[in-house]
Amino acid sequence: MTALPTRSLEAWRYTDLRPLDAMSFAEAPAASIPGDLPDIGVPRLVFVNGRFDAAASSALMFAHDFATVTEESDLPLALINAQHAQDGLTLEIPAGVDAGVVLLISYANGGALHPRHRVSLGAGATLTLLEVIKGEGVYWHNPVTDIVLAQGARLAHYRLQNESREAFHLATIRVGAAADAAYESFTAVMGAKLSRAEFHVELSGAKAHTHVNAAQLLGDSQHGDFTSVVRHKAPDCSSRQTVKSVLSDAARGVFQGRIEVDRVAQKTDGYQMSQALLLSPAAEMDIKPELQIFADDVKCSHGATIGALDEEQVFYLRSRGIPEDTARAMLIRAFLTEALEPVTHAGAHALFEAAIETWWTGK
Amino acid sequence: MLEIKNLSARIGDKEILRGVNLIVPDGEIHAIMGPNGAGKSTLSYVLSGREGYEVTGGEAIYNGQDILALTPEARAAAGMFLAFQYPVELPGVGNANFLRTALNAVRRARGEAELDAVAFLKLARAALKNLSMQDDMLKRNVNVGFSGGEKKRNEVLQMALLRPGLAILDETDSGLDIDALKIVAEGVNALRSPVFSALVITHYQRLLDYIVPDRVHVLAAGKIVRSGGPELALELEARGYAGLEVA
Repeated sequence: MTALPTRSLEAWRYTDLRPLDAMSFAEAPAASIPGDLPDIGVPRLVFVNGRFDAAASSALMFAHDFATVTEESDLPLALINAQHAQDGLTLEIPAGVDAGVVLLISYANGGALHPRHRVSLGAGATLTLLEVIKGEGVYWHNPVTDIVLAQGARLAHYRLQNESREAFHLATIRVGAAADAAYESFTAVMGAKLSRAEFHVELSGAKAHTHVNAAQLLGDSQHGDFTSVVRHKAPDCSSRQTVKSVLSDAARGVFQGRIEVDRVAQKTDGYQMSQALLLSPAAEMDIKPELQIFADDVKCSHGATIGALDEEQVFYLRSRGIPEDTARAMLIRAFLTEALEPVTHAGAHALFEAAIETWWTGK
Repeated sequence: MLEIKNLSARIGDKEILRGVNLIVPDGEIHAIMGPNGAGKSTLSYVLSGREGYEVTGGEAIYNGQDILALTPEARAAAGMFLAFQYPVELPGVGNANFLRTALNAVRRARGEAELDAVAFLKLARAALKNLSMQDDMLKRNVNVGFSGGEKKRNEVLQMALLRPGLAILDETDSGLDIDALKIVAEGVNALRSPVFSALVITHYQRLLDYIVPDRVHVLAAGKIVRSGGPELALELEARGYAGLEVA
C-alpha cells in the first residue's frame, strides 16, 4: 500500500495522519444498514461499508456498473483508494437531461473503506447530488469522487459529513468543468475524529463556474481540514471558495485554499474567504490561502477572519430578555445562515438545518 | 418605582458615576440631561447590566428588587427596557424571529403563555401599524441596512411588544429627523400608564417637546446637580450647561 502522507508535505502541513497510521485498518466487513435512513422523497442510493446495498436503494434506474480503477494522479490518498476500491457509485446523466435530486447515503461501522464514485453529466444536463455520510464506531472512510461536467452542465453537490465521532474521514473530490459548466458544492463538516475534504476543481472551458462552500462545526478534540484547489485553465471563469468554521472546546479547523490561474485564463474572477468563530480559548484555526497567478488580467481576492462572538450583539439580545445561551446560539446560527444560503433545494436545506440544530443542542 | 441610591461606577480606572441619587415613581417620565461625558450613557448601561462597568458603590432598586445583581435578561424579564443610542446590527438574524424569541423569553420568565407564530404576527403587525412602519421590517435582518430613523423605530417597536414597566431611552433622538422623532415620541406616549415609567436620556431639549417629562434632572460629572420641572429643560436650552456643576 502507498504510504500515508506526512506533515513534511506542504499540502499536509496542518493535518497529522499518524493516529490513522497506528490503526492498521483491515478491509471493512460486509454489513447491513440500520433502519433510520434519511428520506426526503427523492431517489436514494445506499452504500454500506463501501458496498452498494441494492435492497436499501430506491434509485435502481441508475445502472450500477462498477469499472476497475486506474489512478493517474500522485495524490497519496487517491492512490491508496485505487489500490483498494471495489465499489462505488456510477452515475451518468445524458446530455440535456434534468435528473432532479439524487440522495447518496454512505454508512460505515468498521474497517477501511475506499469507494470510488464517478459522476458525469452530459452537455446541458443538471443534477443535485445530496450526500449523507454517517456511521458508528471506529473506521476509516477514504472515498474518491470523480466528477465530469460537459459543456453547460450544472451539478449542485451537497455533502453532510456526519461520520462517527471515532472515525477517520478523508475525502477527495475532483471535478472537471467544461465551458459554461457549473459546479456548486456545499459541505457541512460535523463528524469524524479526524477529517479532511480535499477538492480539486479544474475549470477547463471558458465561462465555467464553481463555488466550493463549506461550514465546519467542530467540538471536543475534533480535527477538520478543508482543502480546496481551483485551477483556472480557460478565460472568463469564476470561482468562489468560502468556508465558515465554528470551533468549540479543543477543536481544530484547517482551511487551505488555493487559486491557480493559467497564462491563458484571462478575465478570471477568483474569490476566497475563510471566517472562523472560536467559542473556546483552546480552539484553533489554521488558514493558508495560496494564489498562483500566471495571467495578467485577472481579479483574485482572498480574506480571512478569526474571532469570538461579538459581545455587543450578545448584550443586545440579552437586554431584550433572551437568555445568554439562546443569544449565543442565535448568533452562531446567524453566522452559518450565509453558508447555507446556496443550498436552494428545500429538502436538502431542511436536512442541513436539522443537523446543525442537533449539533448545537448537543453542545 | 426605580430608586437609585448613591450609585458609583467606573470603567477601568476611570470614575464615571460619582454618587447618583434619583427616584422615578411609577407612572412618571423623567428626563436626564447633561453635557457630553457627564455619564448619561454609563448610567443607562449600568442600569441594564452591560459588562465592562464596575459598580463601586450604591444600589439601584426597581420594584423592591436590587437589579444590579441580576443578569441583563433577568432585568428585561423584571420589566426593564433599554432603547439603545446605537442599535446593534445582527446579520443573519431575522427581525421577526428576534422579536418573537425576545417576547416569548420575557413572557416565559413572567409566567405567561408563549405566543405561536400566528398570534405573534398579528400582534407585531398591529404594533407596526401604530408606528407607521412597513410589514417588510419583520422580514429584514435586525437593524441591517436600516436608516438611523428605522433603527430607532425598531427600538420603539421592541418596546411596544415587550411592554416594559420601566424604559430607559438613551439619546433616542440622536440622528432623527422631526417626523421620525414624532413617531418615536408617540410610541413612548402610547405606553404611558400608572404602571409605566421612563428615563429619557437626551442632550437636547427638542425630544422633550414631544415626550413631556414630569421631572428633569441634570447629570454633570457623574452626579445629579439639579432637578426641576419641565421648565428646567427650556432653561438649559437657553443658557447651556455651563456653570451647572457648581449650581
